[in-house]
Amino acid sequence: MIKVETAKKWLDLFIEQLLENKVYLSELDTAIGDGDHGNNMARGATALKEKLAEKEYDNLTDLLKDTGMVMVSKVGGASGPLYGSAFIEMAKAAKNDEQVALADLLQAGLDGIQKRGKAAQGEKTMVDEWIPVIEDVQNNQLTTEKVDEYVEKTKPIKATKGRASYLGERSIGHIDPGAASSGLLFKTMLKAGVADE
Amino acid sequence: MSKTHGILLVSHVPAIADGLKELLSQVAADVTIISAGGTDENEIGTSFDKISQGLESFEEERVLAFYDLGSAKMNLEMAMEVATKKVTLYDTAFVESAYTAASLLQADAPIDMIEEQVNALKVK
Ligand SMILES: Nc1ncnc2c1ncn2[C@@H]1O[C@H](COP(=O)(O)OP(=O)(O)O)[C@@H](O)[C@H]1O
Ligand SMILES: [Mg+2]
Repeated sequence: MIKVETAKKWLDLFIEQLLENKVYLSELDTAIGDGDHGNNMARGATALKEKLAEKEYDNLTDLLKDTGMVMVSKVGGASGPLYGSAFIEMAKAAKNDEQVALADLLQAGLDGIQKRGKAAQGEKTMVDEWIPVIEDVQNNQLTTEKVDEYVEKTKPIKATKGRASYLGERSIGHIDPGAASSGLLFKTMLKAGVADE
Repeated sequence: MSKTHGILLVSHVPAIADGLKELLSQVAADVTIISAGGTDENEIGTSFDKISQGLESFEEERVLAFYDLGSAKMNLEMAMEVATKKVTLYDTAFVESAYTAASLLQADAPIDMIEEQVNALKVK
């Protein structure tokens, strides 16, 4: 069972990492997009920090739902509705089953992303990070190294979704920025100990 | 309100949405056209809140929605899920299809004819 305190710690660490990696994420987006992914996520992170400071959360559902709403409203780019849908769907999963397993929670998040963005695996998006990570969580074998490895694996893919798809072949050879920010989400998840509960 | 349908224009840039509205208004003075461009801070991007507010401010019950790039569609779809209006979204060439819809609405063309002509401009 995922404790709300642990999940809160996870989000605090995620916020911190997004702010710290703002320039890096925007650099990745400059190569194959419009150069704003770091700024978008940092804007969301700042707003989320304020939101989460407003009250004490006593259940996972509210925490995840508020996170999703802030993402939808504040992030701005495609990543806003995508991360927003992910967190809102995770909130629903936590509401339906208080004992929800981490892999199932993340799967609900991925379903939200795919419902919103219609991307399948191999289109060079954050989906390419979420799918193998969830598989590893299921098998209890996710590590920080693996999270990074999956981010790196988006490099040779040719983008067929999102802004990078307008570049066609030229999108090959660059890390997908959304996969990289999702990598931060999963590394902070490990660090906070969400996977150990 | 003098037409059955209104038109919503969603772009990543406020000036694009507003400029397209200007273009359409010239041929469709009696059609309600609402623009929702940019983020809440009027930066480049799209805003779920702006789009939602745009949709709710129509007096018309039915809205034809046009957008420029992919992420605008995602915010538009989220807004449609909570909207009280009946909204139809078109994956069509932004300028040309919105212009077609506006001109035909102004001319009181039947909606199926409008849809047919607009859908012929599908590009995404
Ligand atoms: N349809 C989609 N499905 C899943 N992820 C997507 C999709 N479109 C874009 N993305 C993700 O969003 C990231 C870009 O986010 P961001 O730069 O914030 O938005 P924008 O592309 O609107 O500028 C991409 O790197 C990719 O991972
Ligand atoms: Mg971008």
